[in-house]
Amino acid sequence: MSETSLSALAAQLAAKQVSSRELAQAYLDRIAALNPSINAFITVDAEKTLIEAAAADGLIAAGQAGPLTGVPIAHKDIFCTDGWLTTCGSKMLHNFVAPYDAHVIQRFKAAGMPSLGKTNMDEFAMGSSNETSYFGAVKNPWNTAYVPGGSSGGAAACVAARMAPAATGTDTGGSIRQPAALCGITGLKPTYGLVSRYGMIAFASSLDQAGPMAPSAEDCALLLNVMTGFDPNDSTSLEREKEDYTRDLNQPLAGLRVGLPREFFAEGLNNEVAAAVDAAVAELKKLGATTVEISLANSQLAIPVYYVLAPAEASSNLSRFDGVRYGYRAPDYANLDDMYCKTRAQGFGAEVKRRIMIGAYVLSHGYYDAYYLQAQKIRRLIADDFSAAFKTCDVILGPTAPGTAFKLGEKSDDPVEMYLNDLYTIPANLAGLPGMSLPCGFDAKGLPIGLQLVGNYFSEAKMFNVAHQYQRVTDWHARAPEGLK
Amino acid sequence: MSLNQDDVKRIARLARIETSDAEAQATQAQLNSIFDLIATMQAVDTRDVSPMAHAQEVTQRLRDDVVTETDRHAAFQAVAPAVENGLYLVPKVIE
Repeated sequence: MSETSLSALAAQLAAKQVSSRELAQAYLDRIAALNPSINAFITVDAEKTLIEAAAADGLIAAGQAGPLTGVPIAHKDIFCTDGWLTTCGSKMLHNFVAPYDAHVIQRFKAAGMPSLGKTNMDEFAMGSSNETSYFGAVKNPWNTAYVPGGSSGGAAACVAARMAPAATGTDTGGSIRQPAALCGITGLKPTYGLVSRYGMIAFASSLDQAGPMAPSAEDCALLLNVMTGFDPNDSTSLEREKEDYTRDLNQPLAGLRVGLPREFFAEGLNNEVAAAVDAAVAELKKLGATTVEISLANSQLAIPVYYVLAPAEASSNLSRFDGVRYGYRAPDYANLDDMYCKTRAQGFGAEVKRRIMIGAYVLSHGYYDAYYLQAQKIRRLIADDFSAAFKTCDVILGPTAPGTAFKLGEKSDDPVEMYLNDLYTIPANLAGLPGMSLPCGFDAKGLPIGLQLVGNYFSEAKMFNVAHQYQRVTDWHARAPEGLK
Repeated sequence: MSLNQDDVKRIARLARIETSDAEAQATQAQLNSIFDLIATMQAVDTRDVSPMAHAQEVTQRLRDDVVTETDRHAAFQAVAPAVENGLYLVPKVIE
């Protein structure tokens, strides 16, 4: 069971070789065995999971099953889930039981996919190591002394450890792709606007996008089919015809033009990562692809731009956490203002406070033009670089992260060092482009290496095609850590 | 640019986050290293560039002015720290 693709699980369910309840129970057993050492889940509720699985079995028996009905999935604890604790990795929401379902959750429920629980994450999705979670750090299943990446670190770790066949994640600056890379799985951040943000606790609204995480690109394509669709409850949800993201999986790659941004292979990239990415390029060439060197000159500025724009949006979005309507409230205070200040001082962790303060500062009187407006203008330059590049290539390829997983605690005292992890992932968020990470090797320590693809707007089917063809001739994505206990 | 401790306390005040002197001191160094990183974008000439607020050029949709939501105040207030008679309780604001 632990090495089975979503399409194979769905086929077994359809053929009644296994029931959804049996499948869910098997994963719940594995979670019970492994979660104490990995800490990938904040909330597991076997009773709720099995009720949903029984309902899926009912749909299958009645002949009303969809493509993934009965296949269980784990959800990042950023998605409001009716009746489930939804913490966003924060003390601020440590007691928040969501009174409604996020749009993404509604879609997975409608598809008949039982929830295995809520996965651990960096607090309010702010982090690249999962160490900022109020519920403790997640451990990388390949080596539990190392971080799984973040912020969707619980999602990546549970899929890597085969505690779930698939998971949802969200990506504001790399939070799906970087943990996917560090844990050796496949993950996609879709084009901005394809997946509704309704009920997804907001970090930086112009950048946040939910996406699928699973062992293979084919799995992710099937999941994206469930996740996308217009939602009037999200003002930035795009009204588009429904696509089948699996439609091009088996197309040949002959004639594919792969753009290699020279800035993504420059100083700062780990040698082992560079060698694995080069080897992946060679595989794609064997499959008929050609390469073209491109330049994303302004991508060098993506980190400073991001650390103005994302905190600015976060400082506004997180102003709602004031101890009045939901979540934590400080036990002692002198007056209303003191209640706000103490609630936020006690409810937020250090990284979240830092980012709120950066945001408050760059938006404050006298600094707006120098910081916020300047960052928005450079955001345009970064997006324009991509537009120019896609005139000469079909897909952009590079490393997902500058290195492999680092040790727990290694970078947690130095925010800037931590931020540099997202060097290659942030540009796609700023431009709103789809980005994917897929496994392409291991370093000498046995830690996974991730390859990133960035596509043009709405080119997800093409990206899945490239990734799937690569995964047909390689087995990096099929490898799972051994000896977990 | 370098923030001093008064700047940090002023920003924390703007953000409604209580900050002790010791915390402000620790935060000061970290914020300054982050603003040093951010400062690298100041040198870019952006005179004729229009700011990009969003990845997709979309306009706000309008809908008919009709009630579409059901009354769920009891469910929404069930998660609040303090509620009485359908009202959120906060410390007295007006004497």
